[in-house]
Amino acid sequence: MNLSPSLNNFLEKTGEQANFFTSFVRNIFKGGFEWNEFLRQCYVIGYKSLGIVAVTGFVLGFVFTLQSLPTLKEFGAQGYVPSMVCISVIREIGPVITGLICAGKIASSIGAELGSMNVTEQIDSMEISGANPVQYLVVTRILACTCMIPLLTLFADAMSLAGGYIGVNTSTNMSMQLYFIKSVQTLYFSDFFPAVIKTIFFGLAIGFVGCYKGYTSNKGTESVGLAANSAVVAASVWIIILDAIAVQLTSVFVYN
Amino acid sequence: MENVIEIKGVKKNFGEKTVLKNINLTVTKGENIVVLGKSGQGKSVMIKCIVGMILPDEGSLKVFGDEVCSMSEDTLKAMRTRIGFLFQGGALYDSMTVRENLAFALQRVLKITDENDIENRSKEVLEAVGLSEVIDKMPSDLSGGMRKRMALARTLIVKPEVILYDEPTTGLDTITSKEISQLMLEIHEKYKTSSIIITHDMQCARITGGRVMVLNEGEFIAEGTYTELENCNDEFVKLFFK
Repeated sequence: MNLSPSLNNFLEKTGEQANFFTSFVRNIFKGGFEWNEFLRQCYVIGYKSLGIVAVTGFVLGFVFTLQSLPTLKEFGAQGYVPSMVCISVIREIGPVITGLICAGKIASSIGAELGSMNVTEQIDSMEISGANPVQYLVVTRILACTCMIPLLTLFADAMSLAGGYIGVNTSTNMSMQLYFIKSVQTLYFSDFFPAVIKTIFFGLAIGFVGCYKGYTSNKGTESVGLAANSAVVAASVWIIILDAIAVQLTSVFVYN
Repeated sequence: MENVIEIKGVKKNFGEKTVLKNINLTVTKGENIVVLGKSGQGKSVMIKCIVGMILPDEGSLKVFGDEVCSMSEDTLKAMRTRIGFLFQGGALYDSMTVRENLAFALQRVLKITDENDIENRSKEVLEAVGLSEVIDKMPSDLSGGMRKRMALARTLIVKPEVILYDEPTTGLDTITSKEISQLMLEIHEKYKTSSIIITHDMQCARITGGRVMVLNEGEFIAEGTYTELENCNDEFVKLFFK
């Protein structure tokens, strides 16, 4: 059957990615899990992203509050600001913004690292020595992302609420205790749980895309930049797509 | 003598381009072979075929008596543990220290977990390549020559029976290149390894080579000792010795 070159290329890439994902899953359950490397990646991915996630989360909550306060004040509804900020941040803005920030920081760094290991034949060297590069490099990074992104999102949510309080405090005299009581009193488990679940998938997507782009990059030095760049773009698009799917599923199964 | 590598009629194309046309090569136990050839003639492709990184399109390729193309994943892995491969750039794991680089294959391939054993083996190979003092350094702290020595140490630590050298002296100055070539010869004599040395460095070929083979346009066109080839009448071979 004759297919157009672009369709052929698309199918080839899809098959390659499916194959890579299968290899990742198969290697999780193979003996000799790389615990030390997994923990090191959790540290690199989680701990070293705390700063950027904290600043982004704080500013997000602060700005969101400042932007919505005047409008709600017009209707005398400024008392609803804490709960509005809290629900928006926990359900949607926190996970998506953290996901996008991590796509930029983590997917690019994994893509560039594995891409440069590929260019300098380090991956070939591992394979020829009889070691398992997928288990050492890919499984540990994807699983570390899958575990750390939800935790980073929770941290960003907390920072957003803190930023929201500072925002409220600049123009009203609401106490901190009242702000946090108002924030959480309208929050249900059904707001929180789906958001955490979707961040697990965001983490999986970020780790997978970063590893795939780096691991399968070409041998030239230019391909390192290309791997990093395409990892950010693809991971960001995946986060938006996964979020859209998660919102639909949540509307059908949770909020209905 | 027992054959460790037997290549018969191997062909390899990449798209329209024929890289290996008809490769025939036998390496016996303890033999040192130098493969000379211009860049892009398929020298590196040939040794990557030997370790199963690239599969040939045609021909037979036996390593330790087993056909590489029909090996299962486990057999291929087991075969690779008996072969050392020295990459052109060293391919040191740059996020690990020298110690971790050396321990990597020991822990994962030979499943050695005893810290003292790993430490002793590491010190032994570092001493063999003259790098005893760098065990806690990062690869980025090492010079070009030290990186090559370190890569050689990492190759040696698993005690391979065959070592494949992919342009081991490329990018080094003449003096360091001579030192590395002499080190390769010392290692060959001390550890009784068989080797294939891919190079276009004539000094390296002269120092290390028992048998020298010249590759041109995907096939071997001349074979002999260094001195025999030096006096050969073939115009292409003469170009290497000018």
